[in-house]
Amino acid sequence: MSAAEAYESAETLQNVSTLKSEERRERRTFLGLSIPAVLVIFVVVFLPVLWLSSLSFYNAAGELSMENYARIFESALYKRTFVVTFQISVAVTVICVLLGYPLCYWLTKVSDKTAAILMVFVLVPFWTSVLVRTYAWLVLLQRNGIINSSMMSMGIIDEPLQLAHNLTGSIIGMVHIMLPFLVLPLYATMRTVDTDLVRAAIGLGSSPRGAFWRVFFPMSLPGLFAGIVLVFILSLGFFVTPALLGGGRVQMLAQRIESTITVYSNWGAASALGVVLLLMALVVIWLMNRFFGLDKLFIR
Amino acid sequence: MEQIGQRKIDGLWLTVVGIAVLFFLILPTLIVIPMSFSGASFLEFPPTSFSFRWYTTYFTSPEWMSATQTSLIAAVITTAIATPLGSLCAYGLHCCTPRIRSAAQILVIMPIVIPVILIGVGVFSLYAKLGLNYTLTGIVIAHTALALPFVIVTVMSGLQNYDFDQELAARSLGASRAYALWTVTVPQVKFSIQTGAFLAFITSLDEVVISMLISGGDKATITRRMFNSLRDQLDPTIAAISTCLIVVSIAMLIGVQLIGRSKNIDK
Repeated sequence: MSAAEAYESAETLQNVSTLKSEERRERRTFLGLSIPAVLVIFVVVFLPVLWLSSLSFYNAAGELSMENYARIFESALYKRTFVVTFQISVAVTVICVLLGYPLCYWLTKVSDKTAAILMVFVLVPFWTSVLVRTYAWLVLLQRNGIINSSMMSMGIIDEPLQLAHNLTGSIIGMVHIMLPFLVLPLYATMRTVDTDLVRAAIGLGSSPRGAFWRVFFPMSLPGLFAGIVLVFILSLGFFVTPALLGGGRVQMLAQRIESTITVYSNWGAASALGVVLLLMALVVIWLMNRFFGLDKLFIR
Repeated sequence: MEQIGQRKIDGLWLTVVGIAVLFFLILPTLIVIPMSFSGASFLEFPPTSFSFRWYTTYFTSPEWMSATQTSLIAAVITTAIATPLGSLCAYGLHCCTPRIRSAAQILVIMPIVIPVILIGVGVFSLYAKLGLNYTLTGIVIAHTALALPFVIVTVMSGLQNYDFDQELAARSLGASRAYALWTVTVPQVKFSIQTGAFLAFITSLDEVVISMLISGGDKATITRRMFNSLRDQLDPTIAAISTCLIVVSIAMLIGVQLIGRSKNIDK
């Protein structure tokens, strides 16, 4: 190596290190652009939720204690709330899968253009206010509503069924609200599945059903899993629809938290319930991150 | 032969279920529209007479009009704040190292996954100390935090499809980074930013739980008034208001679809 070459490579090295430190500095500057948004989320979402959680460790006298948590596990009322919340969330998730999976699978079978038009039927409800849709169900499911009156005129039932203001109404309404959250990620995943693989399996002697279950279904699982997690998590903390369609008979966790504060002003008990709800949600998110990757939500 | 017959039955079954599920999704969403034009003084479906009486009630009620005004102003200001903040945040995160990015991504989508009742109760008590309950400022700040994740997620996915070398090329040709960002990158991800803005607007307009706790008095949002009214009785005025909200939602959806289409044509 000549002296000139050595000098040149040393200069290159120096340039590279200058460039690297410049790049680092620049990255820091541009990370700064994220600060205002992160700050708003931190102050409005994280701080209040953390503060709320801290309240759960104080009793009515203002002393540190686990009283609030002890009460959750002792009180039959709270236990019932947890059981009901869990049951409803599982039921809603299962029904969403049973309705959403065939729908998405059918959408992959029709032409792209037809599927795009049919997706409007999913997107319009998705963009429509939860309150508006819950109101519609209140009207449809009421005693003299269209569902009861048409079933009576067809002779299926003799007297109106109690559909609204109970568990049935809450579940029907919630499934309607949650279904798009399952369909959107699931359909996005199914579209990426290479259908030639299914055809290859059939060509190699598999039955169509066998090819579906052993080739197509496993490849649609990431989207199905993302949808299930989304529906389950949103159901656990859901407030509006069960509050209106449950008619006071169905008390899910979110309603219990709201009434504990607005009716009984018991912040300690409400925040303990909140912490448990938050932990359940975080466990589900953690599982999702573990098996699916939260950052995949950012890629479409 | 038997197998082909079986496949046809499977296909038919799938079509029937698919169509049934689509009807289940769309019909209850749109059923309030015909109901809102009913002339009867109670809710009925199908309506037996036609009138605009519920729209007249809505548009002449000072309470409903003031709530509509509060909601619209809050939604516009929320969109105006959340769109630039969220877009800048997405750009900043896109440029930084993958490790920081994935940590920050989890942080910024938390407002979507943390049960909104907890955010609502927490914000309510924070605002009680700051005197922000029942104020427009309070509503806007809370709605901005909820709308930000949607803007960030949308703009980041737009940036992922954007060839970053274009900005580097502009800079190597002498443009400052800010100038390159504004004149080269922003026009390329304009569609994602617009979609994010639509999402921010609809998030604020339709938000119920936090508004129910922190808005009220002469600064009650329309969703708070609707929720309280629905807890008591089935007022047909709500059908007229719902129809107006559906029209806004569909307008937003069409906006997003048109953006998507013009984007595809450009490509």
